Amino acid sequence: MGKRVKRFLAVLFGRKIVLISAIVILFFAFCAIASPLMAPCDPYEQDLSNRLAGASPEHWLGTDQLGRDLYSRIVYGTRVAFMVGILAVFIAAALGCAIGLVSGYFGGWVDNILMRIMEAQMAIPPLILAMALVAVFGRSIPMLIFVLGISAIPGFARMMRGQVLSIREMDYVAASRIRGNSNLATMVRHIFPNCLSPIIVIMTQSIGGSILAEAAMSFLGAGIVPPTASWGAMVNAGYSYIYDAPLFALAPGIAIILLVLAFNIFGDGLRDALDPRLRGTI
Amino acid sequence: MEEHLLDIRHLQTVFHTRDGLIRAVDDVSLYVDPGEIVGVVGESGSGKSVTMMSILKLIPMPPGEILKGEAFFGGKDILQYNAKGSELRRVRGGGISMIFQEPMTSLNPVMTVGEQIQESVMLHLSMKKKEARERAIELLGMVGIPDSQSRVDYYPNQFSGGMRQRVMIAMAMSCNPRLLIADEATTALDVTTQEQILELLRDIVRKTHTALIIITHNLSIIARYADRIYVMYAGNIVERGTCRELFSDACHPYTMGLLRAIPRLDSDKANKLLAISGTPLNPAQKTGCCPFAPRCFYAKPQCREPKAPPVQEYSPTHSAACYFQRDELKAASMAREQKAGERTLSKEPLLEVRHLCKYFPVTQGITRRKVGDVKALDDVSFTIYRGETLGLVGESGCGKTTLAKTLLRLYDASSGEILFKGRDIAGLRENKVRDLRREVQFIFQDPFGSLDPRQSAGSVVGEAIRVHRLAASRAEYDRKVDELFEAVGLDPLLKTRAPHEFSGGQRQRLCIAGALASDPSFIICDEPISALDVSIQSQIINLLIDLQAKRGLTYLFIAHDLSVVRHVSDRILVMYLGKCVEISPWDELYHRPLHPYTQALLSAIPIPDPEAEARRSHTGITGEVPSLMNRPSGCVFHTRCPHATEKCRTQVPELRDCGNGHQAACHLV
Repeated sequence: MGKRVKRFLAVLFGRKIVLISAIVILFFAFCAIASPLMAPCDPYEQDLSNRLAGASPEHWLGTDQLGRDLYSRIVYGTRVAFMVGILAVFIAAALGCAIGLVSGYFGGWVDNILMRIMEAQMAIPPLILAMALVAVFGRSIPMLIFVLGISAIPGFARMMRGQVLSIREMDYVAASRIRGNSNLATMVRHIFPNCLSPIIVIMTQSIGGSILAEAAMSFLGAGIVPPTASWGAMVNAGYSYIYDAPLFALAPGIAIILLVLAFNIFGDGLRDALDPRLRGTI
Repeated sequence: MEEHLLDIRHLQTVFHTRDGLIRAVDDVSLYVDPGEIVGVVGESGSGKSVTMMSILKLIPMPPGEILKGEAFFGGKDILQYNAKGSELRRVRGGGISMIFQEPMTSLNPVMTVGEQIQESVMLHLSMKKKEARERAIELLGMVGIPDSQSRVDYYPNQFSGGMRQRVMIAMAMSCNPRLLIADEATTALDVTTQEQILELLRDIVRKTHTALIIITHNLSIIARYADRIYVMYAGNIVERGTCRELFSDACHPYTMGLLRAIPRLDSDKANKLLAISGTPLNPAQKTGCCPFAPRCFYAKPQCREPKAPPVQEYSPTHSAACYFQRDELKAASMAREQKAGERTLSKEPLLEVRHLCKYFPVTQGITRRKVGDVKALDDVSFTIYRGETLGLVGESGCGKTTLAKTLLRLYDASSGEILFKGRDIAGLRENKVRDLRREVQFIFQDPFGSLDPRQSAGSVVGEAIRVHRLAASRAEYDRKVDELFEAVGLDPLLKTRAPHEFSGGQRQRLCIAGALASDPSFIICDEPISALDVSIQSQIINLLIDLQAKRGLTYLFIAHDLSVVRHVSDRILVMYLGKCVEISPWDELYHRPLHPYTQALLSAIPIPDPEAEARRSHTGITGEVPSLMNRPSGCVFHTRCPHATEKCRTQVPELRDCGNGHQAACHLV
């Protein structure tokens, strides 16, 4: 096993960019966990006399329209980004995988009904769907997580179903049934673990998408409620001052780009490392 | 020194990998003369293909590298040629041609076969388009494709597997090569088709005076067709000789082992197969001593010294690389005969199948309108008695695996009864089926696909114990798993390993242990050895036979290889296109085959003994197994039967009793 892990890591970090993206993700994760340590100021403390200030030793990235320290707000914004991004993806993956597993394994009318529902949902653009749900259920972080999670279900369900359809025909699945396993045990013990690698890859890449969706919702005013620090809301607040205080909109925007890109590149690297066709080679 | 057509001298090809240097071809010398058929035999990884690929520089370089050696083809050393140069290209296309194993993927599906043949003819013989087309038609006719005038414009998917291999041969012969290399060219084909293709190759070689190298793992094929044979093991040639010398007078322990490890159509069934122990050497672990020493029954300390064993010359054509003299080995090997365990057969039926049918619906369009049935099993009836082995043979598409899966209730029968211990299981409800599966188990063909890659070996074996709650405690479970490991000849310490860490033979042992876990009375073996190396096959056969004697198991043994089936079976069932055509005790079947299909199957199996081969008559049927989608009317075999009459075309023959427990479905018996 040790040899396999070593080989996996060698392939994963064989490309420098993947290593860099992992470091970026880890850095932002540390910011999220240890925000008070990383942020020099209170992100909510207003200083109206010092609005839209440029970069200075006290305020590394300057201040926003209410005189709050921009750098500290970006650091605190990672919390929202990570929480919403990761939890929404987990909700989507859990529900989507369950639907895909049942749909692919049983086939027939079960498959027909579940997949038609998924297709119906996919017909609605996910951002519009999420905004409509928020409009109905109200704005809060848990609601945002739930709403973004729901809108990403079909992708996972279809991915999982495709995986199950190919794994289902493997001899070892028949072998499991012959040894007396029930349908549920066969699904959980033999099919699900073997479908996992692509799901993990998609999950990693979806976190980036999810963070982007949260930022977009907040930018449009359908996401995080002020004064909570959110990158999307900060870009929204800053873009009207883009000529006077360019850092105000640019800095959170760059943070979004960095983190989303890092998740996508890392997911890419994971796919290469988990791909069975590449196993045993570099 | 006389000049040979191809003369390879001291070829050494290595691959640089992360696990070290792999000596895939290690000091190999061989030659071929014009018009000669030379066989190169060896198991997977023995370097037989790499040798041929090396001389044409078709191996990927790097990681491959030809360290040293010469390959004279028509007097010129072709190893000196640049891999991308025009000289080598001329040799590849015009001088030496190759035919590969997979006829399905080696033809371009979007070009007609005619265009594909014309392409190389125009390139190498610089013919005009019209001439090239004439040539293509002529070649297709030569390889026995009827109606070649119109077939030349067909696409590859309009040909069957055997026909595609004929097209491949036509392409290979298109530029009048002086040497043809057939790399496992018939391995993917059915037995009766295989025979046709090999006969064709031999005729072509005789007619055109081309030399032919047959690369194969199957010694029996070579006995019928080759003039001289090279036996390869782990990158070395261990023995060479004429066909007759090698089969009657093998002088290397590996060749002797191979010859005695494979069941033959004419061998004594009471004797156990003399299996070669261990697994083929991984060329990465070569130490410089005799590569076969770790598995050799006769090895002495001298054999393990890091020095290549001396080559003993027995005749100008016959030599073997071994310390032993031929006579010493002969004497030592005589003492190894072993009788197989005695079994008593009961007449109590364990499984009775009556008029079993399995149809798969054929649907069309998005509304899935049913337009017909594929009759995978059509009115099959037979009985298996407690403690016996029923062999089931037939070519691909005859319904062997469908039958097995229907008996296990992985498929639901369309109609008919399956009585297991007197109880009909065909209509059993799903929750009752699980109890049935304690008693009926299955061994898959492919030990690489039938083990969950994410399960440890121990949990594969113990799964049935856990599922059926056969162990009261953790300790009892562990003890039972250990016992099962030992029963199939594996070390219980390997329990925590993952399946991919085992070799093919070991994986098949794991599958067998897993099947035995619920202590079943009936095991269906679906081609359990056909995915394994020749020297491993006999180990698995012996294991299955031993387990049967010890545990009183009943087997349904499915195979396409009649000689293996003959060795393990008490009675044999022959299937063709979903129909049972003949069922009989094994000796009856082999001495008095009644159905023309059985006769053809039997004559298509080569015997690894050129003298016995020469005495046999070959009935040789024509054509290939038709698709199940358009089954012939009347007797399903009438399209290929040499004795077919009008009655056969219209009336379906019933299975009739012909005495001695022998039944056949033919109007003519």
